[in-house]
Amino acid sequence: MPRTPASRRTAHRLAADAGLLVVAAAFALPLAWVVLSSLDAHAGLEVKVPDGLTLDNFDAVLKPDITFTPLLNSLILCGGATLLTVACAALAAYPLSRFRSRLNRPFLLTILFATSLPITAVMVPVYALFVQVNLIDTLQGTIFFFAASQLPFAIWLMKNFMDGVPKELEEAAWTDGASSFQSLIRVVLPLMGPGVAVVTVFAFVMMWGNFFVPFMLLLTPDQMPASVSINDFFGNRGTVVYGQLAAFSVIYSTPVILLYVLVARRLGGGFALGGAVKG
Amino acid sequence: MTGKAAAPRRKGARRSLVRALPAAPAVVLLVLFLAGPIGYCAYIAFTDLQLTGQAHASFVGFDNFRAAFKDEAFLNAVWLTLVFTVLSSLVGQNTLGLALASLMQRASKPMRTLVGGIVITAWVLPEVVAGFLLYAFFRREGTLNAILDGLHLPSQNWLFTLPILAVSFANVWRGTAFSMLVYSAALNEIPKEITEAAEVDGAGGWRRMWHITLPMIRRSIGTNLMLNTLQTLSVFGLIWVMTRGGPGNRSQTLPLFMYEQAFQKSMIGYGTAVALLLLVVGSLFSLVYMRLLRTEV
Repeated sequence: MPRTPASRRTAHRLAADAGLLVVAAAFALPLAWVVLSSLDAHAGLEVKVPDGLTLDNFDAVLKPDITFTPLLNSLILCGGATLLTVACAALAAYPLSRFRSRLNRPFLLTILFATSLPITAVMVPVYALFVQVNLIDTLQGTIFFFAASQLPFAIWLMKNFMDGVPKELEEAAWTDGASSFQSLIRVVLPLMGPGVAVVTVFAFVMMWGNFFVPFMLLLTPDQMPASVSINDFFGNRGTVVYGQLAAFSVIYSTPVILLYVLVARRLGGGFALGGAVKG
Repeated sequence: MTGKAAAPRRKGARRSLVRALPAAPAVVLLVLFLAGPIGYCAYIAFTDLQLTGQAHASFVGFDNFRAAFKDEAFLNAVWLTLVFTVLSSLVGQNTLGLALASLMQRASKPMRTLVGGIVITAWVLPEVVAGFLLYAFFRREGTLNAILDGLHLPSQNWLFTLPILAVSFANVWRGTAFSMLVYSAALNEIPKEITEAAEVDGAGGWRRMWHITLPMIRRSIGTNLMLNTLQTLSVFGLIWVMTRGGPGNRSQTLPLFMYEQAFQKSMIGYGTAVALLLLVVGSLFSLVYMRLLRTEV
């Protein structure tokens, strides 16, 4: 009996659902481990349902030296660098988007080129340079480098969003006597609010999760952000309390996941790709 | 005559300078903290700079590079970087991302949301956390072995027996979301009529994929491959957390080798030469990527 297109489509959908379910299960196992272990008093390395749920692990890690100080450090570091990135990117994107100049194209090409350089490779010379100019082990030095490493992509994204704001609206502000700076602040940026939010969240999320930069540029334990201090769970004592490690991982990861959900909801799917990977 | 022509030009130059002024802070940051270190990198790669016990570094020409290509540990790192990149980015992230995206086109909506949510969460997680999760997954007492035991299959200490495979899988777990998003966007742009016409003409799933879908999204494939490769070339934290490059140096890719030479062995000059090679390879990929995007700017 020939199958009807409708029944064939249903069969296809079931097959696709089954395939996706398998992949989803495989991807979910490591995530399940961290959630279940954080609530388990006797957490080990394998995924298992705890005998009884407990918040003891969270209690144990929610202390100034384990959680609050590193998270505050992360916040200062990533918050400061994000502000710097977004401010500089917005300013730099403005002339690129609004005025025609022979310099625009070479500048944008350089930025695009820098966007995809492997930053990891730059860290050894950055370290050597920071030692010479006494920026090593300073928050401001790390913030500056963080901002510089995020800037190319941030400028690129910001420029693409800014291109979407019609110039006529701004010309009205100009005839009313506003300077370009005023029209950028009062007219252009408010109109591209979602775009600014995307650049901000993206920069913050990238830095919040970055391990290598603070690992190289900061030395004092008190200054370490969560991405580096998490290593302390694998301390010299040899034994690891996996439940507490899992609890800390959950606390440390939650802000970026929430931020992602916040922005992704508003802009749909692959927001981070806007303009960068148009095929 | 010339004066008349020059005046407006000078005025125009001053005007474009004033207009470009807002870009100054960004340019200063980029020059001081990104271009500066890269330039400095190109300089100290040719010196014998060390971390300790040395008054002046002296210029040694191509010695660092010659030493590298005779150094078995370096060649091992190049080989492992190649394996890591091909396995995790080219084969893993790229193919799985495309497979997930095309399955999602046909799947039911709740399933799309579920899979998208899980895969993207793995991507958004901080690098170190992802490293720990997969460390737990692959360890002797970990989840993978528990499952294998349940199926009566031989278990082993994956991080010891097949470390490079384990970290490659970890990178697939962490990075596939990006390809999935790129390909979902690309597949959504293919007009429905084209695939439906092919279906009516009797082309099966695989033939439609090979003759219609892939050619239509080839530019997305190109850019995605470039970006995946660049991303993978600079992975450090994930491998560091899972294996520290070991056991021995069996998962020591170039970034970890560079770190070991520069800091654990204090040979900044040598470590930087490796970094420079990594930058050059990255630049080549970056240039190809720009060629693929050339109509955009």
